[in-house]
Amino acid sequence: MSSIAKIIALFKKDLLLEVRQQYSFYGILLYIGATIFVLYLAIEEPESRVWNGLFWVIQLFICINAVAKSFLQEPRGRMLYFQTLVSPQHFVFSKLLFNGLLMLIMSSLCYLLFSLFLGNPVIKALPFIGIVLLGALSLSLVFTFLAAIAAKAQQNAAIMAILGFPIIIPQLIMLIRISSAAFSAAGTIPSTPVLMLFAMDVLVILLASILFPFLWKD
Amino acid sequence: MNKSWWKVLCVVLLVYAVTAGLNVFNAPAFEVPRLNILNESIRNLYFHVSMWFSMMILFIISVVHAVRYLRTNNLRYDILSRQYAVIGIVFGILGYATGMIWASYTWADPNNPAAASFTAIAKEPKLIGAGIALLIYAAYLVLRDSISDIDKKARISAVYNIFAFAFLFPSIWIIPRLLESLHPGGQGNPALNPRDVDARMRLVFYPAVIGWTLLGVWIATLKVRLQFLKHKALLNDTNRH
Repeated sequence: MSSIAKIIALFKKDLLLEVRQQYSFYGILLYIGATIFVLYLAIEEPESRVWNGLFWVIQLFICINAVAKSFLQEPRGRMLYFQTLVSPQHFVFSKLLFNGLLMLIMSSLCYLLFSLFLGNPVIKALPFIGIVLLGALSLSLVFTFLAAIAAKAQQNAAIMAILGFPIIIPQLIMLIRISSAAFSAAGTIPSTPVLMLFAMDVLVILLASILFPFLWKD
Repeated sequence: MNKSWWKVLCVVLLVYAVTAGLNVFNAPAFEVPRLNILNESIRNLYFHVSMWFSMMILFIISVVHAVRYLRTNNLRYDILSRQYAVIGIVFGILGYATGMIWASYTWADPNNPAAASFTAIAKEPKLIGAGIALLIYAAYLVLRDSISDIDKKARISAVYNIFAFAFLFPSIWIIPRLLESLHPGGQGNPALNPRDVDARMRLVFYPAVIGWTLLGVWIATLKVRLQFLKHKALLNDTNRH
């Protein structure tokens, strides 16, 4: 089986697991819904700066919740089985792919709910959706790798937050800066930070493929 | 006194940096240009900027040892990596402390209450970037302490060290340049740009950076030797395999 086929097979396995054990998917959905509803009760229609800040902070927490279980759900025996079948790169790429897709869906839903409950101050909707998808991808990549570290350290999501928050701040600042341009008719989306976010995504993928083999085996 | 020449060099350079930096003997060679607001406080460059240089160099040494640990699985490198990270944090805190003194003379508005000045200064992107760097290494220490198995601790923390180091560059070097700031150096690296630092000052600044870095390395080697002694049995064990 070629590398691509192996990654796809692992990805399908994760997808099937998700479809059969839907509690985690609906759990995240409920998390998004409940958080946004609480926000709605607390502040109703915030101004655009607050909206933007809240949106990205919620993205961050959704990401931690959505991604945290991805390595913990594999029992030790199954990991040993995978080790005989595939290389660590295949495994981590399939996880990155799956979590990336999961976060893309969750972020889109989050944007939808935000605009339903908290009003929609976004003027440039299409560029904003693009930034949301890019941000979802960036967050999911970083936290997937941190979930691998946390799972190896046999720790819960709390250690993931400790490890992840300082690391994610630069990307989060960039995302908030870029997306704030989408709230006014004047001004364009700056391209340098967008390219930088892409570069950092590539960097995370490279680092994951280099470093994951060391986390893979005990 | 094996390999002690650099310790002598460290002391000599630091004595030179302090005497020439503060111009104790009032020599004309160590005069500094008097800029508006900055005045003589520019002498803090020898201490404040040197601290950040030393911090960065110590973190780089730490990550190099993390890579060497992953390549060799020798626990000595893990101890080295951890101790250099800790000393790096100490130098970062000293960098904050010297910066605080400097900012209180140049940035803080004497007409405002101290709290108002603090909130204005705390928003500085460079301060945030440096804060992120220190938080990352604090998280590294927390991660280390959360794992009890020694080999596992060494491997996982080395992986996190390398991964986090890749994010130090955006947080320290890129983000502060994207956001507007009062802090000098928005357009490049102020201390390395020959046009920014007066020629007389460079005579003191570069030796000061080397001196402070050597001091950091010196402290780290002492702590490393202590750890080597503490884990003697363990280290000998890994050498036998």
